[in-house]
Amino acid sequence: MIPVAFDYQRPQTLDEAVALLATRGEDATVLAGGHSLLPVMKLRMAAPELVIDIGRLAELRHLRVEGDEIAIGAATRYRDLVTSTVLAAECALLPAVAATVGDPQVRHRGTLGGAIAHGDPAGDMPAAILALDGTVVLQGPNGRRSVPVAEFYTGLFSTVREPDELVVEIRVPRTGATGWAYEKFTRRSNDWAIVAVAVATMPSGAVNVAMVNMAGTPIRATATEAALAEGKSIVDAAALAAEGTNPPADTHGTPEYRRHLAQVLTRRALQTAIA
Amino acid sequence: MSILGTRVHRVEDPAFLTKGGTYTDDLTDERLAGALHLTLVRSPIAHATITSIDTSAAKQAPGVVAVLTAADCDLEPVLVFDRANKKMVRPYLATDRVRFVGEPVAAVLTEHPYQGEDAAELVDVDYDPLPAVVDVEAALNGEVLLFPEAGTNVATAKGSADPGAGFFADCEVVVTKQILNQRVAPAPLETRAAAAAWDDGRYTVFCSNQNAQGTRDDLAERLGVDVADVHVILPDVGGGFGAKIGADPEYVLVAWLARRLGRPVRWSESRSENMTGLVHGRAQHQTITIGGDRDGTVKAYQLKIVGEAGAYPAFGAALPNLTGMMARGTYDIARKHSSYVSVVTNTTPTGAYRGAGRPEATQAIERAMDLFARAIGMDPADVRRKNFIAPEQFPYEITDEISYDTGEYAKALDLALRSAGYEQLRAEQARRRERGDTKLLGIGLSSYVEITAGGGASENGSVEVHPDGTVTVLTGSSPHGQGHATAWAMLAHEQLGIPMEKITVRHGDTDQIPEGAGTMGSRSLQTGGIAVHKAAGELVELAKQRAADLLEADVADLVVDKDVAAITVAGVPSARKITFAELAAQEQLRVHTEWDAGKATFPFGAHVAVVEVDAETGKAAVQRIWAVDDAGPVLNPLLFDGQRHGGIAQGIAQAMLEEVTYDEDGQPLAASFADYGIPSAAELPSFDLVGMETPTDANPLGYKGIGEAGTIGSCPAVQNAVIDAVAHLGVDHIDMPLTPVRVWTAIQQAAGGAK
Repeated sequence: MIPVAFDYQRPQTLDEAVALLATRGEDATVLAGGHSLLPVMKLRMAAPELVIDIGRLAELRHLRVEGDEIAIGAATRYRDLVTSTVLAAECALLPAVAATVGDPQVRHRGTLGGAIAHGDPAGDMPAAILALDGTVVLQGPNGRRSVPVAEFYTGLFSTVREPDELVVEIRVPRTGATGWAYEKFTRRSNDWAIVAVAVATMPSGAVNVAMVNMAGTPIRATATEAALAEGKSIVDAAALAAEGTNPPADTHGTPEYRRHLAQVLTRRALQTAIA
Repeated sequence: MSILGTRVHRVEDPAFLTKGGTYTDDLTDERLAGALHLTLVRSPIAHATITSIDTSAAKQAPGVVAVLTAADCDLEPVLVFDRANKKMVRPYLATDRVRFVGEPVAAVLTEHPYQGEDAAELVDVDYDPLPAVVDVEAALNGEVLLFPEAGTNVATAKGSADPGAGFFADCEVVVTKQILNQRVAPAPLETRAAAAAWDDGRYTVFCSNQNAQGTRDDLAERLGVDVADVHVILPDVGGGFGAKIGADPEYVLVAWLARRLGRPVRWSESRSENMTGLVHGRAQHQTITIGGDRDGTVKAYQLKIVGEAGAYPAFGAALPNLTGMMARGTYDIARKHSSYVSVVTNTTPTGAYRGAGRPEATQAIERAMDLFARAIGMDPADVRRKNFIAPEQFPYEITDEISYDTGEYAKALDLALRSAGYEQLRAEQARRRERGDTKLLGIGLSSYVEITAGGGASENGSVEVHPDGTVTVLTGSSPHGQGHATAWAMLAHEQLGIPMEKITVRHGDTDQIPEGAGTMGSRSLQTGGIAVHKAAGELVELAKQRAADLLEADVADLVVDKDVAAITVAGVPSARKITFAELAAQEQLRVHTEWDAGKATFPFGAHVAVVEVDAETGKAAVQRIWAVDDAGPVLNPLLFDGQRHGGIAQGIAQAMLEEVTYDEDGQPLAASFADYGIPSAAELPSFDLVGMETPTDANPLGYKGIGEAGTIGSCPAVQNAVIDAVAHLGVDHIDMPLTPVRVWTAIQQAAGGAK
C-alpha cells in the first residue's frame, strides 16, 4: 500500500497550475481531494510521474451567483456544497446530493471538480450536474472552453478533457429550492450507489431525470423525460426509466436488477420532486 | 459494597484514547534496532505451477538486502491442522505450486518498507495456470486435485452422511434445505504484524496474536528449536476474533529470516494482504433435514456439512466437528445426526472466527426450526417452546463426555419476546400485509446455547503485593481488546481492598509468564479471571498466616479490612491492623496458582430481531434487536455489554452484509474494504440488551463466557426476520448475506413459482 515514487508540485496560482499541466500533462495527474486518486496509487493501479496538487488553490474554491447561473470552483469541497446558503436557495439539489457522498471525512476533502473530472459511473455529482444541464469549464494553454456536461463524458472514467486542461469550474442554472429529488440506493450508507436517480425541475419547467450507474457514464432517462413532457403520469413515465440502458453487472446487482431499481427510484424521485 | 457487578470504567482506555496503543508495528524496542523490512511477493493466481522465479532484477533494486524463495528456505512444510490429510502440508514460501491468491511466493528484505514494495514488483514469477477448484462440488468430485499426492481434496471427514433407514420414518412432516453459512473475513482493525530478532541463540518475537505461549510453542516446533529458545512478546493487539491464534506462517518466516540474515526483521501486512492472507471464517455448506409431528414435536434432525478448508487445512477444517457437536442447539430432539467433510479449494485457508463452529450450528438449527414451523403452520415461538430442553433435564448430555451445565431456554425466549412485544409486532406485521404496504415487517427469533472454554478450562494467575502497596497480577490469558486488565484488577481488588489504580495486570510475555492458554473461545474470565480470583484468595490466606503472630490472633479470627487493605481481627474495632504492603515488606507476598474448572460452560440466550424489507427493492434494514444473553453473573456490565455490542454487530453484519466471494478462477471479488461489507454504525440499530443471569457450577463465581454469544444469537434472528418479512410471498429461505438483490430475486422467484 505504498505508491510508486512520484514528483509532487503544489502550484500557488491557477496560471501556474495550467502552465505546469501544459508542459507535463501527459505524465501528470491532478490531485484535489485525493479520495479517488490516492487509493489507486497506493494499490499501484496508477503510477503518475507527477502529481499536481490544486486542492488548496483559492481561485478554484468560489461559489457565487452569476446572472442566471451559479458558478462553482472545481476545488469546492462537498462540505462547502452541503452548507452553502446560496445553493439551498438557488439550487437545492446539489447540497442534497453532496450530502450523500461517502462520509463526513470524505465530504471534507473531496471536491466537486474532482468528482466531475474523475467520471466514476457510480459517482453522485456527475449525474446531479447532468440533471441540471450543467456546464464544465476547462482551462488549458489556449484559454478556457465550456462543455455541456452532457457532452463531457465519453465512456468509463473518460472525458473530453485534454491532458493539458484543468477542470476549473462547474456552472449550473438557478433551479431554486424546490422541484428536485435524489434517490440513492446503496447497501451501506457510505457506499457508492448501486443505482441512483436525480430529478431537477428546470427554469423552463422541463423535468430532467439523470441516472447513476446505469451505463459507463451518467445518463438521462430520456424516455421518461419525453413521457413527462407529453403529460404522462409519473408512474407511467417512471416505468420507462430503464429504456435503452445497458447497466453493468457486479456483486451488488445484475443488469436486470439495476433496470428494475431505475424504475422504482425514478418513480420515487418524481413523486418527491413534482407530485 | 462489592466492586463485582459494577460498571467500572476500563483502565486501558485513557492510554488508548490519548496517546494510542503500542502495536507491533509501532514498537521502537532496541532489540529491533536496524531491522530489515519484509515484503512478501504473493501469488496473483489461485492455482498454478511455478515454472521459474527470477529474483535478479529485484536483488539489484535500491535498498534490497536479500530476496529469498522456497529454494533458499529450509523450513519444513507444516501440516497446520494435524488431523488433516498428511499430504496437505503448507510451505512457508510456495515451492512448485501456488494454491490460492495471496499465497507467499518470495520474501524481499529491504532497509525501508517502501523499497520492498518497489522491489517486489521486480520479482519475476512464471506461473503455468491450472484449473482452479473454487466450489465444494468441484472439490468433492476431485477432477482437479490441489495435492495430487493426496489423491483427494478431502482434508478430513467424520460420520456417514446417511443417518440410517427409519431416521425420519415416524415423522409426519419432514423438511430439508440446503443452506450456506458463507465465508467471511475476520477483518481485525489491526492487521497482522510480527517483528523478530535472533540473538545469542535465542529468538525474540513480537507479534499481533491471541496466545503468546501457544504461539511460542508453535514457533519452536516449526523453527526446530527448544521452547526455551523462543521468547514471544505481545504488545497491544487490535482485535483477532479467533483469526490470530498460533503462529501464522508469516510469523514463522519472519523469525526464520531474522536468524538467516543475522538482522532483526519486521513485517506488517496491508489491508489488501490481510483480506487474502489472514484466515477466513465460516464457509460451511449445510444440508439440514428436520422431521416431526404436526403438534410441533421435532423428532429427528440431521445436519450434513461440507466445510471449506481453503487451500491448506488449518483450524477451519476442524470446526465442522464442533458444529456437529452443538447441532441440536437448545432442543431435546430424540434423534440427532451430524456428519461432515472438509475439503480443500483454491481459496484462502479457513480458521476460527468469532463463534467458530457454534454460530454455524445455531444458524442451521434455528433455520430448521423456522422451516418446520412454517411447514406445520405453527408460530415459530411455539415450536421452539414445544421442544426446549427443560430446566430439570440438566446436566444434559450431548456427548459421552460433555453435558450442558445449566439452561433456562424457555425463560430466555419468553423474556426476549416479552421485551420485544412479540404479539404487537405480529399484529403490526399482519396489518401491513393486509393493507399491501410495500414496507414489510419481519420478526425473527433465535434461541441459542454455545460452549465457552471448550478448548480447555485451565489457566494460571499470579498476584503479588509489593512493599509500596502496589500489586502485580500476571495472567496466562492475554487480551486483544477485551479488557482483561480492568476485569482482573477488579477481581484482585475485591479480595485485597487495594485500589484499582495500584493494580497492574501483565500478560503476553512468555519469559514473565511461561504458561498460558490465551484468549479464545470466550474462555478468559472463567479461566484466567477465576485463576486471579483464586490467587488473590490464596494470597489473603497466606497474609493471614503471616499476620496471625503479629496480631496475636488465631488465623480463623482474621479478616481483610478492605478500606485499608489490611489484615485485622474480626469483630474487634480497636484491633491492630497490618497492611498487605507491610507484610510484603517483611517477606515477598506472592501467590501463583493454577485453576482448572475441568469442564466447559454453556451460555445461552434468545434474540428477537425486527427488520423492515422494502418489497419493491429487496432492501432490508434491521430496526431493532432484543438480546437476552445469559452468561451467568456479570463482573462488569460495561465490558459485558461491550462484548455483546460487538458480537451483535458482527452477527448482523454476517446476516446482512459480509461475504468473501471468488470468481470461477479463484480471484477474490471483495478483497478490500471498498468491496467487502464491513458494517458502519449507520447499518446497525441501537441494541436492546436484556439481562438474565443463570450461574454455572463450573467455577466459584458462576461466570460463563460472553465474547461470542452476541454473534451466535443475532445472526440467525436477523436472517429469520428477513425471511419472515417475505414469507407470505412464498419465500421460505434466502442465503446470507441478505443483500437487496438476493431478497428481491427471492421475491421474484417466489412470485414466478406461484403463477
